[in-house]
Amino acid sequence: MRVTRAEYCVIACAEAWRGDGEVLASPMGLIPSLGARLARLTFAPDLLLTDGEALLVRPDGTPEGWLPYRRHLALVAGGRRHVMMGASQIDRFGNQNISCIGDWSRPRRQLLGVRGAPLNTLNNPTSYWIPRHSRRVFVERVDMVCGVGYDRAAALGGTARFHRIPRVVSDLGVFDFATPDRSMRLASLHPGVGVEQVREATGFALAVPYEVPWTREPTAEELRLIREVLDPDGARAREVPGAVRG
Amino acid sequence: MGDKTMTADEVVSRLSSGMTLGIGGWGSRRKPMALVRALLRAGIGDLTVVSCGGPDVGVLAAAGRIRRLVTAFVTLDSVPLEPHYRAARESGAFELTEVDEGMLLSGLRAAAHRLPFLPVRAGLGSDVMRVNPALRTVTSPYEDGETLVAMPALRMDAALVHVNRADRLGNGQYLGPDPYFDDLFCEAADEAYVSCERIVDTAELTKAAAPQSLLLRRLSVTGVVEAPNGAHFTSCAPDYGRDEEFQRAYASTPWPEFAERFLAGDEKEYREAVRRWRKEPRG
Repeated sequence: MRVTRAEYCVIACAEAWRGDGEVLASPMGLIPSLGARLARLTFAPDLLLTDGEALLVRPDGTPEGWLPYRRHLALVAGGRRHVMMGASQIDRFGNQNISCIGDWSRPRRQLLGVRGAPLNTLNNPTSYWIPRHSRRVFVERVDMVCGVGYDRAAALGGTARFHRIPRVVSDLGVFDFATPDRSMRLASLHPGVGVEQVREATGFALAVPYEVPWTREPTAEELRLIREVLDPDGARAREVPGAVRG
Repeated sequence: MGDKTMTADEVVSRLSSGMTLGIGGWGSRRKPMALVRALLRAGIGDLTVVSCGGPDVGVLAAAGRIRRLVTAFVTLDSVPLEPHYRAARESGAFELTEVDEGMLLSGLRAAAHRLPFLPVRAGLGSDVMRVNPALRTVTSPYEDGETLVAMPALRMDAALVHVNRADRLGNGQYLGPDPYFDDLFCEAADEAYVSCERIVDTAELTKAAAPQSLLLRRLSVTGVVEAPNGAHFTSCAPDYGRDEEFQRAYASTPWPEFAERFLAGDEKEYREAVRRWRKEPRG
């Protein structure tokens, strides 16, 4: 059974919610959404999911609760949530930018805005999903810090006691901050990817352990769920194309 | 109990350049677009706009009516980045007060509660503090001694919101899944103007819908405008979804061309122009 790169990404995203218990999984983007629903259907059955608007839903879409925008923000403040956000730029300590590229006062490219990233990062675990791993995204310094990284959180003391960035998932691998200075570390490679390829695509010096494990294989049941239940139309291949491994 | 019905043009005749305006809805959802179009026609500018931004911000920015924008994001939802807002920002056309979503909510709550600020655990450590040097922190007076952001009240001169139904007295009802911050916008503003899909008798409001759908209380509403399709081209669930095709046209048409074709006349002419556009063959 050939597993695609996109499917390894789904597995890597799903793993972000392992052991979280009864919290809200807030995935942003297709592959994190597939990951959250896969986790909910398999090893994390207590997770809550949203329909992306104002409802809490079971994986089949059955509403089980109401979570409009402002209640969602209250839930963030309460911490019972693990979000996986996107990042236009991210640095070695996990500072994230989705606001603008260039000088904020006169941006070269205006993006979305800070959205809820500052609130998220100080209140609930915040992971990131990056579908195209490149030096444009993994940068030495982000232009506007929206999501707070480990270095800045450390400087805040008690106010940042709920700060945690469990993982960063890209199309090349999984990254965490399990280093003495909380800088980004290569935690696993998706099968078919080499360490040098990741180093080449990263704009800062990445911590790389002596032995880097592979991102785990999906089980047969997980593959069936991804292919037949969660994404029968194969939209995942549009977010992360190709790279099929035998 | 007075009848508060008025026209969109009567609403904007009560507004003036230099005001701080709150605009309800979220992204490209339930935006009071008929009122915003009336605002454009009236030539009101130099505005400070507070919004969970969508095309309301896009059209006002493109028309050069914004002096300062207070927001956490601007998006068209299905088109992630608002092109006219982007162009205005990239040309330095107005000032931005960029805050986090939770900070914006706290600012509205503070204003609605007549408080100078509310503490919020957001902003610290991020560049929100760098780009808003006027923001202050507050230290908890209790044992924890925690440092938090003191989000200042976002008090506004007027708020504009759009809901599904209202009565003539200003009781407003939403029938979609999300109230957004619309009631807070009304309570945080000195005056609030509500457009709605349909004005109905008060008794009609709770005939088919639960009382908790009554989002806006008349005591915080100054004027009511019946504006069918008044959120177009944004969504107004469950009455209608977003006009995706028209939104794509809005996003891809150079602003002067779009404004000339769709916004030169009144609301009736806008609807007529959209109808004509819809009949055109498209590849």
